[in-house]
Amino acid sequence: MRLRSLMLGVAAAALFGASAQAQMTDGGIKIGVLTDMSGTYSDLSGGGSVWAAKRAVEDYLKDKPGLKIEVIGADHQNKADISANTARQWYDVDKVDVIVDLVTSSTALAVNQIAKEKNKVALVSGAASSALTGKDCTANTIHWTYDTWSLANGTGNAITKTGGDSWFFLTADYAFGQALEKDTAAVVEKNGGKILGKVRHPFPAQDFSSFLLQAQASKAKIIGLANAGADTTNAIKQASEFGIVSGGQSLAGLLVFITDVHALGLKTAQGLIFTEAWYWDANDNNRAFAKEYSAANGGKFPTMVHAGVYSSVIHYLKSVEALKGDADGAAVVAKMKELPTDDKLYGKGTVRADGRKIHDMYLFEVKKPAESKGPWDYYKTRATIPAAEA
Amino acid sequence: MFELLGVPPQALFGQLFLGLINGAFYALLSLGLAVIFGMLNVINFAHGAQYMMGAFGAWVLLKYVGIPYWGALVIVPVIVGALGVVLERLLLSRLYHLDHLYGLLLTFGLAIIFEGIARYAFGASGVSYENPIPGGVNLGFMFLPWYRAWVIVFSLAVCLGTWLMIEKTKLGSYLRAAVERPDLVQAMGINVPLMITLTYGFGVALAALAGVLAAPVYSVTPKIGAEIIIVVFAVVVIGGMGSILGSVVTGFGLGMVEGLTKVFYPEASNIVIFVIMAIVLIARPAGLFGTAK
Repeated sequence: MRLRSLMLGVAAAALFGASAQAQMTDGGIKIGVLTDMSGTYSDLSGGGSVWAAKRAVEDYLKDKPGLKIEVIGADHQNKADISANTARQWYDVDKVDVIVDLVTSSTALAVNQIAKEKNKVALVSGAASSALTGKDCTANTIHWTYDTWSLANGTGNAITKTGGDSWFFLTADYAFGQALEKDTAAVVEKNGGKILGKVRHPFPAQDFSSFLLQAQASKAKIIGLANAGADTTNAIKQASEFGIVSGGQSLAGLLVFITDVHALGLKTAQGLIFTEAWYWDANDNNRAFAKEYSAANGGKFPTMVHAGVYSSVIHYLKSVEALKGDADGAAVVAKMKELPTDDKLYGKGTVRADGRKIHDMYLFEVKKPAESKGPWDYYKTRATIPAAEA
Repeated sequence: MFELLGVPPQALFGQLFLGLINGAFYALLSLGLAVIFGMLNVINFAHGAQYMMGAFGAWVLLKYVGIPYWGALVIVPVIVGALGVVLERLLLSRLYHLDHLYGLLLTFGLAIIFEGIARYAFGASGVSYENPIPGGVNLGFMFLPWYRAWVIVFSLAVCLGTWLMIEKTKLGSYLRAAVERPDLVQAMGINVPLMITLTYGFGVALAALAGVLAAPVYSVTPKIGAEIIIVVFAVVVIGGMGSILGSVVTGFGLGMVEGLTKVFYPEASNIVIFVIMAIVLIARPAGLFGTAK
């Protein structure tokens, strides 16, 4: 008898639990942050992205207590195979509903396919390749923060129109670099500019002197750096050593994060022009977020990727709530496209039918050392690229 | 202008010269590895991490103590070398009676720990170190930054000095004798364990020296050691394990081969050294300058 009532109690509890969270698979939402935890991109994404996802969940749960949301993180080491294996394990075994961040295009493209196969969700904030909403577009992925097209359009347009009409590319030899080079070359040529040459360097590379010499010999006005992270900072540092900028050629950093500018120092980075989606010092909300981030992450400041993770998680949770379920990945993504986006970091926006999040982008210029008033005060805004053109 | 294999000869000279500069780093690093392997029979996998410590050491000295580059060039190798001595006494010396593999595993683990500490302390994006001698000279076929010229001259001098010390001095002859018959040398009243400890410290100091040299050229990140160490191991294998002259000549030579690859087929520039290593291992398993034991 006692056993029977105990069993009943368990069954009732199970039923109660089930009715309280009717449509959630395994009783709650599980968010997996798959990112570079230890490599060259770990400052611009990494542990900071896990923090941002957790922060978004905290903010979301403020007025909705009782919902069970868990955030986990893993290191994909910038390798597509590790990324794919982790994604499979997360979706199949660990009941992860959505994978976020996905820095490095090759790892994002791998998870993109798996999310489709398993009908789950992938929200890409870290990676850049425009193929995610182009030839590899699926109904289960949204490309959140920025892509090679918007970078090319922002920086390529601005520079070509102000006289930088002959280009030479230094390209990281993998999915991302090639996409960035291709998209930028298209923008330059559309504006009447010429591509004088390119060299594809291994990823990662340390010594760029040889590639820079080739760029110098091309006599191109602009040397486009279609790479990221330490590759970009090494190239910029060595370009100044070899007198490239003082010789009259200009560098265009096609993907530069604030962590790169910090690593270079203003003295080397000053004057560099590039496109980003978010800057911590743009408004009060951003500043408050940056302050909290900095306190929790050893004094570093957040990048547009961290803010993108925050924004994408908020919108995902809103859409799951509106849909009352997270089981059908494609349905969640459809809902995310249907609802307008609105969060404290990226403001109001939309998700386009092909899965690209649409918001303003900004053309920034790195300040001179004398113009910088405090730690991480690095950018001035040259132009805002409205959402419709970004 | 006439062209050589589709490339203007001026550009070719420039690239060869740049290759020589990269080769200077390979030579300095592989020299340290060769000294350690030759004398201790330890494959020092922590060599890359010690190179990284050298680079960060220079930055820390400048930022927190205000000691400029030229001071760091002396102080950092001494400090990192002393750390190496502690490491050898505390850990490595317990493994000498075991197979090489144990030393390799120990130093490999240490390398991962050092890298992790650096990432925790300085972040993955790394830090920037000022170039102490900016500017350069136009050689006609290329622009040569003063600093790179200094790297070549200085590392050549260090390599030559090390070779002379080991091959031509009395101390060197003790070292070489201790490698062949440590028991006999000990019997003649020479403190062999102390010599071995100091040799390890010296090898590590060479790595740190290369790190200080690299700081103004490359972005100083926790990964710089891990990225270069694999290439340096290939250089040592091609030159012949433990051969001092072999590691120096191969270091400079392979730097130039890599430089040429960057012109003709840049995508392959990070594997060309390994292709050469495979060929050398098939044709001369002991390496170009090594003697089969």
